[in-house]
Amino acid sequence: MAKNNTLKLKFDSSRNLAPAPESKSVAKIADRYELFINGKFEKPSSKKYFKTINPATEENLSLIAEANNADVNKAVKAARNAYEKGWKKTAPKERAKYIYRIARIIQERARELAVIETLDGGKPIRESRDFDVPTAANHFFYYAGWADKLEYAFPNRNPQSLGVAGQIIPWNFPLLMAAWKIAPALATGNTVVLKPAETTSLTALKLAEIIQEADLPPGVVNIITGAGATGAAMVNHPDINKIAFTGSTDVGKIIQKAIAGTNKKATLELGGKAANIIFDDAPLDQAVEGVINGIFFNQGHVCCAGSRLFVQESVYKIVLQKLKDRMESLIVGNPLDKNTDIGAINSKQQLEVINKYIKIGQQEGAEIFQSKCTIPTKGFYCRPTIFTNVAQSNRIAQEEIFGPVLSIQTFRTEDEVIEKANNTPFGLSAGVWTDKGSKIFNMTSKLKAGVIWANTYNKFDPTSPFGGYKESGFGREGGLHGLGAYLKV
Amino acid sequence: MAANITIPDFSIAPRIDQVGVEERASRFTKRSLKNETKINGLKLALNMIDLTTLEGKDTDGKVKQLCYKAMHLHDAYPGLPTVAAICVYPSMVSVAKKALGDSGIKVASVSTAFPSGQAPREVKIRDTKFAINQGADEIDMVISRGKFHQGEYNFVFDEIAAIKEVCGTTTLKVILETGELGTYDKVRRASDIAMYAGADFIKTSTGKIAPAATMPVTLVMLEAIRDFYYKTGKRISMKPAGGISKAKLALHYLVMLNEVLGEEWMNNQYFRFGASSLANDILMQLMKQKTGVYQSADYFSND
Repeated sequence: MAKNNTLKLKFDSSRNLAPAPESKSVAKIADRYELFINGKFEKPSSKKYFKTINPATEENLSLIAEANNADVNKAVKAARNAYEKGWKKTAPKERAKYIYRIARIIQERARELAVIETLDGGKPIRESRDFDVPTAANHFFYYAGWADKLEYAFPNRNPQSLGVAGQIIPWNFPLLMAAWKIAPALATGNTVVLKPAETTSLTALKLAEIIQEADLPPGVVNIITGAGATGAAMVNHPDINKIAFTGSTDVGKIIQKAIAGTNKKATLELGGKAANIIFDDAPLDQAVEGVINGIFFNQGHVCCAGSRLFVQESVYKIVLQKLKDRMESLIVGNPLDKNTDIGAINSKQQLEVINKYIKIGQQEGAEIFQSKCTIPTKGFYCRPTIFTNVAQSNRIAQEEIFGPVLSIQTFRTEDEVIEKANNTPFGLSAGVWTDKGSKIFNMTSKLKAGVIWANTYNKFDPTSPFGGYKESGFGREGGLHGLGAYLKV
Repeated sequence: MAANITIPDFSIAPRIDQVGVEERASRFTKRSLKNETKINGLKLALNMIDLTTLEGKDTDGKVKQLCYKAMHLHDAYPGLPTVAAICVYPSMVSVAKKALGDSGIKVASVSTAFPSGQAPREVKIRDTKFAINQGADEIDMVISRGKFHQGEYNFVFDEIAAIKEVCGTTTLKVILETGELGTYDKVRRASDIAMYAGADFIKTSTGKIAPAATMPVTLVMLEAIRDFYYKTGKRISMKPAGGISKAKLALHYLVMLNEVLGEEWMNNQYFRFGASSLANDILMQLMKQKTGVYQSADYFSND
């Protein structure tokens, strides 16, 4: 008789499905993209363009304009002008109509947006189709509803808009992050200058087309493209009233320094190293699925990814066995294939970071397990990876890897796991898996994290605020709290 | 069964999170099967069917017609597999056995006062013995759901064990009637009881109660099978029954099977569909794959 924990299931055939690629024909990508300023696409005064590639194939997709200081200035001026001359005074009900219209056009062009998101960013089409694009539309729908109800959101506070919001978004959920930023800003009567990440500008520029199509008054939303220097020019621009940033903790710190002593308001949504905690009374099969979803969703490029798994020792062996078998059934490959679970790493640079940490983990003596799937030879790919035999002192348990790499630790008591979970400079999210309600409430009140999921993971909804503690940032996006971040109250 | 299997306390059977299991089950439906994967899947599903007639009005004639259908699913498509078995009431076993001859198609008989199971144990044992004496290759028994709800898990366990003893080498499928159990927790508990008591198959439903088989319920049972395999090294088989009438849904089930238990379960020794109208829909899809066009349902025989 086979001994416990030595039996392995076989999953080769479940990975070898006939290709089922989504058609690229709906994705109309121009040869080059200009800056969207004052309702028009304008050539950059820098006259420079940079390449954007498909990380799954390393093929060029398009050329993107690089905005310099003069372009940033132009965009901020357009936004200021639009704010003072009209948007600020536009009836809230009218604002709502525009936002609603944007939501509807996103829905109408959902397929195109999903394909472009996948081509430009490497995420599986299943995720861009079923998560990114519909959730982006939902954010616009949700905040359209708030636009004329601000007095009810903040009773007796006479909420007033801030002015021009400078918004800088990351490459992991390009369209969705743009929606998170733009929708509440418009609903509260602000105008916007938004900069997408340099590796994933395309869907933001498609959103610019949608905004044009929705007839939003010129200058209310400006979308400019570029890398760090462009972002720095925005942060330092004197006529911006609010900075909303989502990205790394390092850049967040630079921004906070830069705006210190100014009148700029800020919300920063930064990195994370979330604890996903499995107790021995948890529904284990669903918990394992939650771990998979927590760390391998979007190739682990998720700031709230459950990258530290804590398993109670009495169920450690069985959880590990289930987790390994589950990992073997994951399909890694062409992001455009509808069956792909894990797509391409967003950029060569990010793949190098992930590989660096995988090496560090092995050097530190942690035990590595990767699924045996084959990965394409071209493009940037990483096998789903877990490390066992990990301690709090390991770098792979402390630093944000932002890839499909999970570190696993064990614990004995509730107090112990609370201490370990909180023993990190980050505090964005956490997950708790148990069948016992009282334990959930005990954990959620003691874990220092902005979002805590119980018996699920990576669930997002426009009505629910999202944001971090400690070095994971401050301010909330989503829900009623997300309105407050764009208002004087 | 191996002697060193310890019987767990069924009252602390693993808990199931409803939201999680339903979400996972719906994930399998997102898989897109194309070309040869689809054709192979359809043929495999066809080969896993327990073609069923369980009606009060069943007659020799009806059963003979069904048996002919089982052996000649669609002669216009050469090289098709047959179904796995014919599933009938005990009174029809000898008719089916004779009609199927040496086709290799098995005869499964429902038993133990199917579908309610509300009969004394002696009756259930006699019912089972009769079916086996008539030539049944497989016995589909029902558990005593009333006793299960009363918390008398030992009663349920002992009853399954008693029927298994009667069966000997005859395959025993244990029907949980999940539509009457109420929660996934209880489906899991009943699955564990059945497997530890000696079931060769665990089966969702009689087909007489709605809801019958669903993907989440089947997933809970597949995960119970997986845990049993991890613990004992023994492979238990699975049979969802009732409500699976479309080829597409059958393919979703196969995707689920393949990703939960792996390829060793991907054959009709370890997986069956209890269905009556599924076969024709699969045939229609296979003909569509072959000819490129859908044919009228009238081109497929209804037995």
